[in-house]
Amino acid sequence: MQREAYERLRWRCIRRGLLEVDLALTRFLEETFDRLSEAEQQAFAELADYEDLELWHLISGQAECEDARLAPIVAMLRKS
Amino acid sequence: MNIPVLKFDAVIVGAGGAGLRSAIQLSEAGLKTAVLSKVFPTRSHTVAAQGGVAASLGNSEEDHWRWHMYDTVKGSDWLGDQDAIEFMCKKAVEVVVELEHYGMPFDRTDNGKIYQRPFGGHMSNFGEKPVRRSCAAADRTGHAMLHAMYQRNVKANTQFFVEWMALDLIRDSEGHVVGVTAMEMETGQVVIFHTRATIFATGGAGRIYASSTNAFINTGDGLGMAARAGIPLEDMEFWQFHPTGVAGAGVLITEGVRGEGGILRNASKERFMERYAPNAKDLASRDVVARAMATEIKEGRGCGPNKDYVLLDITHLDPATIMKRLPGIREISIQFAGVDPIKEPIPVVPTCHYQMGGIPTNYSGRVVVPKDGDYNTVVPGFYAAGECACASVHGANRLGTNSLLDLLVFGKSAGDSAVEDLKSGKAHRDLPKDAADFSLARIDAINKRKGGASVHEARLAIQRTMQDHAGVFRFADMLKKGVTQILEVEKMVENLEIKDKSLVWNTARVEALETENLIEVAKATMISAEARKESRGAHVRDDAPDTPEFPNGRNDKEWLKHTLWHREGNKIEYKPVNLTPLTVETVELKTRSY
Ligand SMILES: Cc1cc2nc3c(=O)[nH]c(=O)nc-3n(C[C@H](O)[C@H](O)[C@H](O)COP(=O)(O)OP(=O)(O)OC[C@H]3O[C@@H](n4cnc5c(N)ncnc54)[C@H](O)[C@@H]3O)c2cc1C
Repeated sequence: MQREAYERLRWRCIRRGLLEVDLALTRFLEETFDRLSEAEQQAFAELADYEDLELWHLISGQAECEDARLAPIVAMLRKS
Repeated sequence: MNIPVLKFDAVIVGAGGAGLRSAIQLSEAGLKTAVLSKVFPTRSHTVAAQGGVAASLGNSEEDHWRWHMYDTVKGSDWLGDQDAIEFMCKKAVEVVVELEHYGMPFDRTDNGKIYQRPFGGHMSNFGEKPVRRSCAAADRTGHAMLHAMYQRNVKANTQFFVEWMALDLIRDSEGHVVGVTAMEMETGQVVIFHTRATIFATGGAGRIYASSTNAFINTGDGLGMAARAGIPLEDMEFWQFHPTGVAGAGVLITEGVRGEGGILRNASKERFMERYAPNAKDLASRDVVARAMATEIKEGRGCGPNKDYVLLDITHLDPATIMKRLPGIREISIQFAGVDPIKEPIPVVPTCHYQMGGIPTNYSGRVVVPKDGDYNTVVPGFYAAGECACASVHGANRLGTNSLLDLLVFGKSAGDSAVEDLKSGKAHRDLPKDAADFSLARIDAINKRKGGASVHEARLAIQRTMQDHAGVFRFADMLKKGVTQILEVEKMVENLEIKDKSLVWNTARVEALETENLIEVAKATMISAEARKESRGAHVRDDAPDTPEFPNGRNDKEWLKHTLWHREGNKIEYKPVNLTPLTVETVELKTRSY
């Protein structure tokens, strides 16, 4: 990912409305993001644009991701 | 350097509940209004509020704004200003009904009225028995509020500047506020917003603590900007703590867990609450539990390698109960504590939750400062509302669900005041020639510095210092050391270095600028807390214990007054509490007990 796109994405991960989402996305960015393919990184960026509550429900397993492209990233975001 | 100037009637810094509510008043009055936000408006921290908003609608049972007022004064431990409290409690019904008209999907009763639930501290008939006063929209009250008000603003043509960070307040030689400097993150460009009215609605600063329920965004930017511009900060020693935040993460574990039978244990697995509250045990009130936890940790009975947390044990509960009665708790625990609470206890610590103090305002949302013997001299052109402001309605301790109410009522009144002040149609006052120099110099210094501290290090140093020295339970010696230490940390913050020097989209630079705000709030808190030698509300000192002469350690003779911390010289002064409501008789001083 280009530097600018990455920095924009970083901001949208480290400054959220919910602390739960801040923590989950920051951790993912630091620990997992670099290992993803370009397409997976793009999918993660799309997820980061979700609303906080929606995203937290996905990450915590209280809701399921219906978009087949994004579901594998959601699975990675979940910590079991 | 040539800095672009954008001219607006009003700029509002912050697009959370308070900022959006103000903006509606201004835009609907036909004023050209800009709203700046570090994030998309509906991602503001207001989204985290679930409990609801207080209003004595009396939909479920009899209620009255005067009972709400009584609860709020008592909650504040009599430090709240009674004119502002009357104003807020009286206005509550109106602002909640307005919100309903904006499209807020409140929960409803069978006959279509707003449904109201009970909440701690809400009582009928002047403290007699619990009353249902909280209005909610399922578990997404804050979310629904932001959406309803954002839509209303879009209709009213409010101009949003999203992913913009306000940097500094601009005041002219007579002290009038004439705008702010701000940076567009995408380009790194600094711009001047030249205005006739400037409203701060930047939210809280809970990130000064190592353990905080607040999202990362709560860095107290509005307070930092105000302090740098010579505005004192009021009652900054008062922070509400929640007893059970996940250790190391801060995420809130609701009281419900103890309600369902959760037990707190120390390093030797002892159920220590039996010693502190033999009857109520783990169900004792929030502050009693939090203080007991802090004492266990301070006396070396905490858990883990650093002995810095205790355990919340629900392993004895039936897993089916946990899943059914405590939804989300297992997920939070697995995600952020790395333990499955069905099998292992959850590490928890008392966690910072809400900032009672802030930028001093009167109940019309105008910022006020002491001048020539008058404590409430208005700073022309400057308004504040929401968690960054101190009206003061929360005093020494906030009543649950009163902060969403605060941001509706004072967001609206700050907007109305600005509309009124601008009616005269007076032109923009001239910008000082050096309007942007201060901000540019700050950025330049961060860009150029080599060999300084990293933002990460400095932020951690602030958070550790605050947590260890000015936490939920305070000790004279620790506070004294804390003052010395936070002034040391300040030197670190004055010397921040970032590796990435790029102009566009440089999040490291933004974080460095945030840290410069965080340190102002931290200093204000530590110094104000060290200075206040009594216990009151959320400020509880070991050396000001409960005695017959001073119940709960509160000393009204000497300390029934607001703290004002000035950045210049870290000077402290005090101003009287307003005990005179607008129309009703005063709520007499009494010992606060529940
Ligand atoms: C977990 C949790 C649950 C809560 N539940 C409740 C509840 O049930 N009921 C209740 O009454 N209260 C509750 N509270 C408290 C309440 O949510 C907050 O006090 C309130 O939402 C604050 O609103 P605000 O508008 O003042 O600020 P925020 O919503 O925090 O908004 C601040 C805004 O300022 C912007 N901003 C900040 N700095 C800058 C800058 N430098 N430049 C540009 N923009 C900036 C941000 O982008 C944001 O838009 C809760 C708090 C927490 C943490």
